[in-house]
Parts: sequence; structure tokens; C-alpha cells
Amino acid sequence: MTKKLEISAGKVPEIGPDQFALLEKLTNATAVSGDEHEVRQIVLDEIKLIADEVQVDAMGNVLATKFGRGENRVRVMLASHMDEIGFMIVKKHDDGLFEFERVGGIDERQLPGKAVLVGRDHLPGVIGAKPIHMTTRDERKKTIEVGSLRIDLGPEIGDQVKPGDWATFATRFEILGPSIRAKALDDRLGVATLIELLKHAPENIDLLVAFTVQEEVGLRGARVAAYRFDPEMAIAVDSTPANDLPNWDREVENSRYNTRLDAGPAIYVMDGATIGDQRLVRLLTDVAAENDIPYQIRQPGPGGTDAGVIHKVRAGVPSLSVSVPSRYAHSAAGLARIDDWANTLRLLHTALSQVTPELLAVERRD
Amino acid sequence: MTDFLPFLKKMISAPGLSGFEGPIREIIQEAWEPLTDELSVSKIGSLHGLKKGRGSEPRKQVLISTHMDAIGMMVTGIEEGLMHITQIGGIDHRILPGQPVIVHGREDLPGQVVQPPAHLLPEAAGSGPVEMQYLLVDVGLHPADVIKKVRVGDLVSYAQVPLELTGEALAGHTLDNRVSVAAATICLEELQTRLHDWDVWAVASVQEEETQGGALTSPFEIRPDIAIVVDVCFAKGPGANDWRNLPFGGGVGLGWGPNIHPALYKAFEEKANALEIPTNQDLMPKMSGTDAMAVQIVAEGIPTAVLGIPLRYMHTPVETVSLKDVRRVGRLMAEFIADLKPDAMDKINWEE
Repeated sequence: MTKKLEISAGKVPEIGPDQFALLEKLTNATAVSGDEHEVRQIVLDEIKLIADEVQVDAMGNVLATKFGRGENRVRVMLASHMDEIGFMIVKKHDDGLFEFERVGGIDERQLPGKAVLVGRDHLPGVIGAKPIHMTTRDERKKTIEVGSLRIDLGPEIGDQVKPGDWATFATRFEILGPSIRAKALDDRLGVATLIELLKHAPENIDLLVAFTVQEEVGLRGARVAAYRFDPEMAIAVDSTPANDLPNWDREVENSRYNTRLDAGPAIYVMDGATIGDQRLVRLLTDVAAENDIPYQIRQPGPGGTDAGVIHKVRAGVPSLSVSVPSRYAHSAAGLARIDDWANTLRLLHTALSQVTPELLAVERRD
Repeated sequence: MTDFLPFLKKMISAPGLSGFEGPIREIIQEAWEPLTDELSVSKIGSLHGLKKGRGSEPRKQVLISTHMDAIGMMVTGIEEGLMHITQIGGIDHRILPGQPVIVHGREDLPGQVVQPPAHLLPEAAGSGPVEMQYLLVDVGLHPADVIKKVRVGDLVSYAQVPLELTGEALAGHTLDNRVSVAAATICLEELQTRLHDWDVWAVASVQEEETQGGALTSPFEIRPDIAIVVDVCFAKGPGANDWRNLPFGGGVGLGWGPNIHPALYKAFEEKANALEIPTNQDLMPKMSGTDAMAVQIVAEGIPTAVLGIPLRYMHTPVETVSLKDVRRVGRLMAEFIADLKPDAMDKINWEE
């Protein structure tokens, strides 16, 4: 059991118009792994007046520190990745057409018929598909391979786009009733959450916030960020798939949903890269129960977050992952519930406000 | 029209799936109202606009047929707040996962087509393209609200916003066949300042993508002497580079084949050459896949021409067209019509 303490810092952050505006700006920005510039600029603008120290490290991670007050402050690292899945232009063809490669894990079945934005100037383009009239029945049983697809930018694109430029889906942020629809909710939901936590930093801890690069291509930014921060504990804040759709066979229950929308923040006991530190799992589940914050345990299984590398940095860092569930990750448009995001923010803030050295004083015994 | 792009964008942003053309018809009606002498709606929903000629009655009549209906989807079932769908018109299911759509329920609900994870699909269906029967639509609402707002039979249309690409290329859904409606509108506008002997009937026809109902019935009611069918044709592009494909932005497609009267083909070719409007022969060895299939066999038969606007990625939500070709088709029709003399039918014959 954790001892319940008074919340020492400002109010628990809530989700309102300002937070939606921030998430809109973040999700509409382009930041494919290796090219996180746009999101980095938004993050720097948001936090420069709030954090005590801000630096951009050798890989492009944004590392922000907000010191607490008083004695015995635990050094707590939070990490959310700025990068998103997307594309790189690899070859120019005639007639405004460009060959491209995927960056990060994208199902090629999600590509035909999509609008994209290319390069820093967000030039609009489309990934077309052969007219159905020119296909055969057998052909339609086969996946359209990415190598046969092109990004079409119109016949007079000239030298405005060249190999090496990055591109993303053109989806724009939208609120659909109780939901948010946007591209790159994985992990701009995390980035926005961390910005809010910095703005409302609990004063009992030193908050070490890493906005990381290159998560989607191998958790690369988080490793060096954790090395530099040298934290005593860490929480990766991400967005994880809610595979909570019905089974095609109505008689069969969907028992492999990973997470479910409307069930609250997803706390990881174990995924493919990390076995969550049980002291931290208990902290979060206890805080959730005491404060009537809904939560769910992400179904143990494959997949990973920045915690996968952070826990192995230096002599080891007690680590955990918490995610906002979202449907349709790594596609043109994800879908998350506003309430799940708000509860994730609330849970993290409340839990962080209760972190004391005693939490980690007991040995890990999972 | 000097700048028809806003009108075209407005048209492709309006619903009007086959059999449900009301919303798009109203937009076209508004545009044609000042350009025509009479406007009427046929028994099955096609829009007829008459611009009278100056010749003495009875005047010859030319009909321009442009279908205004769009392909799309329809809700077939609702389960846990997610909708099953079927297609209206021909849709390659492989372009659907992740597509933004609008479900036209008790209110318009933005959503998207989604592909369930492999473990929720039959074993064989999980790896390759997921068939339409297993795809779902998610509008982001809680299941209890979906049940209140959506019913089986509700329409689902594409929601991709129009995108202007470089070189006067426009990408978006339903450019098939709203670009042809735009071309007909350009033609009507050009004819405002031209003297023409013939009556001109501009028709925005219904249900081309499903039943060809509009193309069969409007010519019967109007009984034109000749008909010009305007539709999109296949532009060269990724995966489309054979004899069926015309250069993108390369000029007007002149349909050639059994649906087309050869004398009309020649007349259009000569007119385009005289005006230095680029054209390409669009070979249609069997059926043309346009309103012409129906128009040609209405009543006693109608001499018909097919003009094509080359389009990439047909029937996807990112169909792409060159605005230059839209203008060319509009202008070619206007010049052709302005030149039709009262005795022009003498030359539309089989004396070769």
C-alpha cells in the first residue's frame, strides 16, 4: 500500500479547449521518425517558459526538467515519443509521381486511396490505385504492394519534392462526439499529456520529461534520454491499440482486445519489451482505486514502448508504461476517447503527486 | 466559366449517391438556373436544363448527358456501434480501410472505414485484402447513440476533402462524374454569348453507376436529334499504362466504338483540330461504360458521341483530374453546338 499524501502541487490538469487545441496542433504536424522537427518546435514553444531546464540533445530529443521543492525528491522520468509512422520519398518518376518507402510499421493495405502531405511545406499528394474497372477478380484478392504505389503530386511539382523528403497521411484532427480522430495519436496523446504534466508539475518530485525521437524505428531516442537524465524511476506514456471490435463470428467473444475504449488508462504489467515494475503498477492501481479513476490492465503480450529501453539504461531504472487506448493505430486515422485521455492525465498527475523515496525503498519483488 | 473550381469543389463535397441525387441536383440547379431558359426534373430525378436556340421552330435539339450520381456505400447492419456496409456502384474493397466517410443517418456522422485485426476475421481473410463484408465503419460514438442515429439502409459517402495538386490537377472523390457536369456548365456559360440555332438540353442524369436509369429515360422524354455523353475516361498513371489509358492533362478523349456514331466522332475531331484543342482517340471496342450505352438505344435510336475527361484512380476517393481537360471539353462542346446549322443532321449519316 502506498501512503496517501496531500497533492502538493497545483490542480489536477483537465482536458478543455486549450488541450484540444494543443493536441490538434500536435497531431496535424508532420514528424516522421528521424524528422521530428515540427513537433519538437511545438513542444519547445509550449514548455520554454514552464520548465526550469530545457535542452535538445544529440539525437533531437527534447529534455525538460521541472524541479520540485523540499527534501528527498525522487527523480522521475516521463517519456513520450514525438515521432510517428509515415513515409520517405525514395525515387522520382515522370509526371509528378514518386516512389516511397514506409517508415515504421504500416500495414500496406492501409495505403491505397489516401491523401498525404509531403515535406516541410506539407504539399498535398495522393496515393492512388488502379481503377477497379481495370482490375481482375483474381487481382482484387491480392494486396496492392507498396512498391507498385506512387505518391502523385501533380504534373508540375518540379523540384519541390525530392528523394529523402518525408510524408505523412493528410488526416486532420477532428472531434467526433466522445472521441478524437487524428493521425499520430500514437503518441501525440502522450506528448500532450506530458506538456500538461509539466504545466502542473507536482512539487514532491523532480520531473524529468523526455519528448523522444525514433520510437517507431526501435525505441532509439529514449535510450540516450534516460542515460542523460539518470532517473530513479520512469514512466513511458504512450498510446496503445484498442482492438476491441467484435469478432466476425458473433458467437465468438473477442478475447484478444489488448485494451478497450472507455475503460480508462491502460497500465502495463508486461509487454514484449518490458516487465513493468510492480511497485509502480501498485502505485498506479492503488491511486486509481482510491480516487475512483477507471483503469485497465493492458493485456500482456507483444509490442513495446520507450520503457523497453529505459529500464535497462545504466544500472537499471524501475519503469512502467501507461497508455491512452486508441483504435486503428498506425493507419491514416486513429480514434481515442476524450475521457480515456482525461483519466490518463488525472491518474498520472495524482500518482506522481504521491511518489516518495519510500516507494522505491522496498526491493523489487515481482 | 472563368473559374469553375469553387463550383466543382462544392459539387464533389455534396452527397448524391446513385438513386439519392437530391443534394447534388440542388447545387447544379442553382448553377444552371441563370444559364438556361427552362429547368425541370424528370420522373426519376434527372435534371433537365433547356437553353433555347434562335432558329425557327421546330428546332433541332442536342442533348448533353452528364451523370451526377456518385458511387458510395450503404449500411447493412450495426453491431456494437460499428456498421457493416455494402457498395453502391463499383468499389475496390482494397481502397477502403482507413477511408474517411460520412454516414448519412438521422444526422450526418463523420467516420471511417476500418479493417478489423486479423484475429477477429476468418482465418483466410486476415492476411490479404479484407473483403467488404468484414470491413466496418466507426463514427466514434458510443454504441447506444449509434443505434439511435443510424439505421440499416442509411447511405455512406466518401469524405476525402478536395486537394489541389500542382499543374492544375485536382484530387478528390466523385470527380467521376461531377467534372463532366462542370464541363457542361462551362459549355452553357460559353453559349450565353454565342448565337446558336439548336436547342441545347443539358442533362444531369441519375443512377449511371447502378442502373443507367437516367440515361435511358431523359432522352426518351426530350427526344434529341443527337446526344453528347460526357464522362471520365482512364488517364495514364500508376498501374494504368495500356491502350485504354490517355495522357493525363493531354486533352479531350474522343470515344470511338459501337456506342458512338462515326459521323459525330469525325465532326468533333475536325472541330477540335480547327480550334487546336488537343484530343486523343479513346478506344471503346465493346461497351463504353458511360451513359452512351443507354442513350444510343433510346426510342428509335440516337446518334451519340462520347467525350472523355482523363482521370486517374477512378472510383477511389482520390480521383485526380486536370482542370485543363475539363475546360477543353466545355469549350469544345460550346463551339461544336454554336456551329450546328439547322440542316446539320444531313451530315450525320452512314455515307462513308
